[in-house]
Amino acid sequence: MSAESAASRAEVCVLACAEVWRGDGEIMASPFGSIPLLGARLARRTFCPDLVLTDGDAALLVGTPALDADPSTFVREAPMAYRRTFDVVWSGRRHIMMMATQIDRDGNQNISCIGDWRRPKTQLVGVRGAPGNTVNHPTSYWVPAHSPRSFVEQVDMVSGVGYTRAAAAGPAATRFHEIRRVVSNLGVFDFETPEHVMRLRSVHPGVSVDEVLEATGFELVVPDAVPETPTPPADVLDIIRQLDPAGARDRELGG
Amino acid sequence: MSDKRATVDDALSELRSGMTIGIGGWGSRRKPMALVRAMCRSDLQDLTVVAYGGPDVGLLCATGKVRRVVCGFVTLDSIALEPHWRAARQEGRVELTELDEGMFYLGLQAAAWRVPFLPTRAGLGSGVLEVNPDLRTVRSPYDSGSFAHPEGAIELVAAPALRLDAALVHANRADQAGNAQFLGPDPFFDDVMLGAAERRIVSAERVVPQGDLPLEGPLHSVAVHRMMTDAVVEIPGGAHFTSCPPDYARDEQLQRAYAAAARDPEAWEAFRARYVDVDEAAYRAAVAEGGAGR
Repeated sequence: MSAESAASRAEVCVLACAEVWRGDGEIMASPFGSIPLLGARLARRTFCPDLVLTDGDAALLVGTPALDADPSTFVREAPMAYRRTFDVVWSGRRHIMMMATQIDRDGNQNISCIGDWRRPKTQLVGVRGAPGNTVNHPTSYWVPAHSPRSFVEQVDMVSGVGYTRAAAAGPAATRFHEIRRVVSNLGVFDFETPEHVMRLRSVHPGVSVDEVLEATGFELVVPDAVPETPTPPADVLDIIRQLDPAGARDRELGG
Repeated sequence: MSDKRATVDDALSELRSGMTIGIGGWGSRRKPMALVRAMCRSDLQDLTVVAYGGPDVGLLCATGKVRRVVCGFVTLDSIALEPHWRAARQEGRVELTELDEGMFYLGLQAAAWRVPFLPTRAGLGSGVLEVNPDLRTVRSPYDSGSFAHPEGAIELVAAPALRLDAALVHANRADQAGNAQFLGPDPFFDDVMLGAAERRIVSAERVVPQGDLPLEGPLHSVAVHRMMTDAVVEIPGGAHFTSCPPDYARDEQLQRAYAAAARDPEAWEAFRARYVDVDEAAYRAAVAEGGAGR
């Protein structure tokens, strides 16, 4: 693929994911999913050089290798075992981009189960560290398949904590709570509204506002003018394609 | 000097039905699978399993050993969702105490330090506090005085001590006195888990004479000292099919066969007969042979 070919939807999503870490400085970026992983490496390669990345296992990674690079070629700068990750989480030096099987208007996320928790229709992975992440450091979400089943009125089991619940839990929960951004295959969303409810921040090129509204199972805040999500310029596209020669980004969007 | 070397049967002989059992490792990484398979073959039942869950949880659920699981997740890593665990949950066969991963860590640490809880923000506002109505919060007493904290009398989650009747972990190396060593990149929470337990069982790829562990790797890789263990069992390949670096990687092929066996009872019975209801030597032979069901 040459840099002249137009940016794909997946490449627009990569840049949108990279943008969530802009200005974060020397903190650990923890991306989940191929497109967020590419986004974090793109951010570090370009506008966020101090960002700290892991090798996906138990160490911190030097440089920005391609997604399909052989881990035996990685250069590592320091260990980061799971237990040390909690030191980072609880000190606040982290911004995670988790996936969300369900997300709601308030920013609550669910990766635990679908249906009644007592006997779920579908058991998912579990809440994992989502409760602790969301009240300790900035959190963003990546939803590769935007639909009324993923953008729901109310999530079935609150794993990542949204704004209303954090407020109800008191100042210990709100002090470091921030849901920075949600990136889906259709657009970019944030909570920069007076009540901290989800707002449409931009639509990806080729997506209409109506399409987003139809795919969303709750009332989204839509500003009068909705910008288009920036398309990666040629030099950025080159980097994305170097970082992902095998095209994992397109596969994540079902391409 | 007591020699803590034991056979699998000796090491597991003090386990009883109804016990709360911690299992080391993380997901499908360095799980004490040989010990877990031995539990699957035993007459133990109604166990409460406490784990950073992987195929240990799935196997014990599939063989009907589990009443309750205490965890923050169950995964096979390269297969995101553990199908045997999912089936058990979706069919209502097991109870669940679902905790945030960090609360879970603090719970083990609290038990190891003999305090009833440790405070944390993790859990505040989440569904974890709703599905576990017995979880409590605690108010910071340091809102004034010389130790006054800038956040004042904030309300935090009191992550409860997760006390274990027994803990099972798998190490790369151990010695006959009960010291144990992790040579891979991550010790996970195994030492904390041993600290939280009454009866502490370590299996290892190789058991060496006391004093020889520093010849195997740096001294700080000996994360478990002998005051933390009761029994040491030498089981080469004792974490198989999960990963145990640097000794071996995950056997993805067998893990796929294990996951696929959740599809129907017939497939599961075949897998179980070949890889679970057999002793260690027969398991080794089946793995070496590959073939059927793989």
